[in-house]
Amino acid sequence: MSRQSSAAWPLPLRGLEALGRLGIDVVESIGRFGLFLIQAITYIFVPPFKVGRLAERINFFGFRSLTIVMLTGAFTGMVLSLQIFLTLSRVGSEAFVGPAVAIALLRELGPVLCAVFVTGLAGSALTAEIGIMRITEQIDALTVMALNPTRYLVVPAVVAGIITFPLMTAIYDVVGIFGGYLVAVGLLGLAPGTYFGEMQTFVDSSDIMAGVWKSLSFGIIVPWVCSYKGFHCGHGAEGVARATTQAVVLTSVLILVWDYFLGSVLP
Amino acid sequence: MIRIQNLHKRFGRQAVLRGLNLDVASGEIMVVIGRSGGGKSVLLKHLIGLLHPNSGAIFVDGVDITRLGRSAFDRIRERYGVVFQGGALFDSMSVFDNVAFPLREKTPLGTPEIATRVAEKLEQVGLSGMGGKNPAEISGGMRKRVAIARALITEPQVVFFDEPTTGLDPILVNTIHHLIVELHRKFRFTAVMVSHEIPEIFRIADRVAMLHEGVIVESGTPDVIQASTNPVVQQFIHGDVEGVPQHG
Repeated sequence: MSRQSSAAWPLPLRGLEALGRLGIDVVESIGRFGLFLIQAITYIFVPPFKVGRLAERINFFGFRSLTIVMLTGAFTGMVLSLQIFLTLSRVGSEAFVGPAVAIALLRELGPVLCAVFVTGLAGSALTAEIGIMRITEQIDALTVMALNPTRYLVVPAVVAGIITFPLMTAIYDVVGIFGGYLVAVGLLGLAPGTYFGEMQTFVDSSDIMAGVWKSLSFGIIVPWVCSYKGFHCGHGAEGVARATTQAVVLTSVLILVWDYFLGSVLP
Repeated sequence: MIRIQNLHKRFGRQAVLRGLNLDVASGEIMVVIGRSGGGKSVLLKHLIGLLHPNSGAIFVDGVDITRLGRSAFDRIRERYGVVFQGGALFDSMSVFDNVAFPLREKTPLGTPEIATRVAEKLEQVGLSGMGGKNPAEISGGMRKRVAIARALITEPQVVFFDEPTTGLDPILVNTIHHLIVELHRKFRFTAVMVSHEIPEIFRIADRVAMLHEGVIVESGTPDVIQASTNPVVQQFIHGDVEGVPQHG
């Protein structure tokens, strides 16, 4: 039935029609969103491989985010150490500051906060870059040169995410643990051996692996969502700005939702 | 070479192309003219596969490209060169890298051969020695010429120009037109150009087609178009404010 004819329907039916149309649009969007990722992951294994682009994206996601990752990692560990020490000292269990900081960082805060900060820094830049390429017809230019824009723009970003996110999370965790050490031992007077000694007792490989799996999956989510939003941005500078905001918000929400899901599934 | 048959395209409720028919012969310069927002760029996007029609067919050398899958269309596109309205130069690359890009990505040519070809092409468009510049550092006219050089670097059989002179001063408009004619004479590609540069395009076109309200209302040599008795054509080429009422 055509849209013209539906305009003549009674109001309740028109509302129902609008609701149905909205539902179809949402399902279509989710489908496009999923297909975008499937296509990108498929092209990872199909030559030719864009090694130069990959190196550039590793620099874009990894190296350029290193300062902010180390800075925020240090302060996350420091504030964790401070709060946990103050809480545990009430019950005389401050010896467990080390393992508490390490487990919180390794399992949750390291992968999640690192991914959120990299989203704000590199993910937003990726959306803006691809969005500008979209509105200035650079993506169309790639298409008409018979070069697949997904292969050229998205695949290197996703592979770079898979490579750099676990490494950056590891750096975030290590710097955070030492930040915590600085506060617990240097400021609050905990014995140095206690901080690391108890850590060896309570932290095991499953804590480390939980963080690795999370950071790996965030390494896919961040470039996926940020590239998608850039590819499908609206017109003009406003369209790019809106896409960038949406990318950061949606990525951050997805990171937290996926973190909860993995947190409840992983050992 | 190119035959467009009964092409229809709607965006939501708005019909942009309403049964468009057009033939482009091999080796000619066909210029599609028409009012801004009349569907000229939409037509061009169908020809290069960036849009898909609701119905109708586009035959390129007898193959209906509207029915082709991505990889089959990519084989057709390898014979295409496209000059976009804004140039669509990659702003992260230098002028040299922009022109070299299709050769690096699509051919097995080595670095020295690519460098030679790019230098040659930049010379043909009058930009010798500008290869090291960034697209942001050069003027609008230069950007158009870089875009033309990039479109022609693979020596395509068909070149599409989407308003290649928009936003340029009259001298630059003629410079770009002169360049296109000169390159066309040299390489004998088929050119499909969308433009509303009246009367300049009458000097470069082999044939002109007037697009109005989603259909070609008149086509022929520049002389035929200028002598047309169709009031829509006359209004457009004389730039009259009063004329045929607009629909939809």
